Amino acid sequence: MAPAQRTERLLNLVIALLSTRRWLRKEQIRLAVPQYSEAASDEAFDRMFERDKEELRDLGVPLVTGTDAAWFDDEPGYRVDRDAWELPAIDVTPAELAVLGLASRVWQQASLAGPASRALVKLRALGVEPDESSLVGVEPRVRTSEPAFGPLYAATRDRAPVSFRYRTGRTGETARRRVEPWAITSCYGRWYLVGHDLDRGAPRVFRLDRVGPGTTRTGEPARVPVPADLDARALVRGRAGAPAERVARIRLPGPAGAGLRLRAGAPADAGEVEVAFADLDELAQEVAALGADARVLDPPDLREAVLDRWRGVLSAHGPAGGAPAGAGAAR
Amino acid sequence: MSPAASRSGPAAARGGRGSGRASGPSAVAAGAGAGDRLSRLLAMVPWLLERQGVALQDAARHFDITTDQLVADLELLFVCGTPGHMPDDLIEAEWESGHVYLGNADAIARPLRLGQDEALALLVGLRTLADLQGVEDSAALEGALAKLSAAAGDAAAAAATSVQLDLAAGADPHVLAVVRGALGRGRRLHLSYLVATRDETTERDVDPMELESLDGRLYLQAWCHRAQGVRRFRLDRVLAAAELDEDGTPPAEAVARDLGSSLFAPGEEVPLVVLDLDADVRWVAESFPVEEVVERADAPGGVRVRLRVADDGWLRRLVLRLGGSARVVAPPALAEQVAAAARAALAAAQNDDGDDGEEPSGDEPPEAPGAAARVGR
Repeated sequence: MAPAQRTERLLNLVIALLSTRRWLRKEQIRLAVPQYSEAASDEAFDRMFERDKEELRDLGVPLVTGTDAAWFDDEPGYRVDRDAWELPAIDVTPAELAVLGLASRVWQQASLAGPASRALVKLRALGVEPDESSLVGVEPRVRTSEPAFGPLYAATRDRAPVSFRYRTGRTGETARRRVEPWAITSCYGRWYLVGHDLDRGAPRVFRLDRVGPGTTRTGEPARVPVPADLDARALVRGRAGAPAERVARIRLPGPAGAGLRLRAGAPADAGEVEVAFADLDELAQEVAALGADARVLDPPDLREAVLDRWRGVLSAHGPAGGAPAGAGAAR
Repeated sequence: MSPAASRSGPAAARGGRGSGRASGPSAVAAGAGAGDRLSRLLAMVPWLLERQGVALQDAARHFDITTDQLVADLELLFVCGTPGHMPDDLIEAEWESGHVYLGNADAIARPLRLGQDEALALLVGLRTLADLQGVEDSAALEGALAKLSAAAGDAAAAAATSVQLDLAAGADPHVLAVVRGALGRGRRLHLSYLVATRDETTERDVDPMELESLDGRLYLQAWCHRAQGVRRFRLDRVLAAAELDEDGTPPAEAVARDLGSSLFAPGEEVPLVVLDLDADVRWVAESFPVEEVVERADAPGGVRVRLRVADDGWLRRLVLRLGGSARVVAPPALAEQVAAAARAALAAAQNDDGDDGEEPSGDEPPEAPGAAARVGR
């Protein structure tokens, strides 16, 4: 169905549910909204109606169900709660409306882009013209490229327990985890879920890009008690930016390696630097990128990790690249 | 402009109600789903009811749509109404004169409240701005937060704490404060900046234009006097920043570009490189503007990408970093360059192994480890 026809159907549905004083049963709704006559079967109508109800709730329409005392079966009726319908009168100033516009643009490239811009349209309808003169040109943006964001965001919002497959960073093993979600946080360009791990009986931080497909809810909404003093960002920062535990010594014979010198706080001509690190893999990548312009002196496991990367490159580029015999038989 | 259907016309003039008119040739907001459009209609109706006779263009501008889109919306309203859908049940809409008149829309005369996700998205955005001190007028920010929280209700306000954006993590708070200050006051900045692709530190004066964040990093977009062009600077690579006692208004030709879309924005003249990525480094395809992504049959989860690369050195460093999970397929010369760099790196490391005791390697002073700069903070 074309979007315009669907909009028409939804609008007629909203008006029907708003203008009724009695509960409307599904059969009555089917007759009241002309577009439902296009449903080829009862099942098709049911599917349409379920989808429409969901859509209306997403838009903020206060759809309520109940039964009339005179009914003898337990099939519910529907209507819109008119008292809950209206946006409370808020007297936003032009400057405030501009700030709200900026806040909505944070989501421009993320999965909440739709709700964020719809909210702004609703506020614009209050009749105020935004005044952007107080904005200084700070434009924060987030993205939500992790497929797990949608289901985990919704579960966190609804405070519903979940279960998902998770690949542990340290061991690379995948296992199903059962979690009571507390908060979902973006930090260092990644999304994290903070929650109570039911199997381990302790708070845990999960990276969304390590969550596999097939997140399921394992309980009703509003069942998760969130600690009042939760500081999700501190938990994530503590984990993501784990305090540096070790120090590497790296020789930089040439001018290359400005990034490592910056990280070490060393002068631009330093020939050797000491870099504190927590994540061996990440530092190995940074050093490996420099090729012959960097040499790990210490610790040995970092040195080996860097050498491994170079061997991997050589092997991947195989004999065609003129690699030594045996280095790249794979390709 | 569409030939407006007049309210006075007979019911037949509404012809094809429910099927044709609204989905006709008139433009509909591109990319907007049925829900987004419905939401706009529900916002628009109360606004129009209070402004009978408003000019089409003014109404379109207010809702940030074209007049064609507005007319399409009015056409849609015109065929909707209360059950029965007899002429008297339908919404009245008239715009023939270029002015909009609406009637018989009592059921939807009041603006719809915010949905849960809608309130949450704005509340989280506002808190993020507060974190970054992203607004000059903090009263406007606080006012917006207070009024939105009140309008959203307690439940939505509580749910909004379940999402938190920590965008300033990783940036030096001092650098951030200086940049933010210069931006607010419209002053020129002096930056010491690490150009990672060339691996060198540069000094330059810039006129700040915008502070943006994407994927957890802050970027300053500015007119660079050294490059005589708009440049983007990653805040975590700014070694030092100082506000200068000079006006920092960028020249008229300086136009800010949107971050996500044009981070590198390479042109046609830039050479094309073909890269095979294994599944574990698939993120490369999402982090850089690649022109084509094809799933690889030979490696499950892996992809072959085509991207434009202006700087061979950048690509060499990227592939060395990825350690064998990426392979340069074409051009062959670049593949050889990357392999040669890996070979040279291994050779240099082996050289070191040999000189533990006696023989100093060629380019190092014998006392190298002892004489090294040990600077730590």
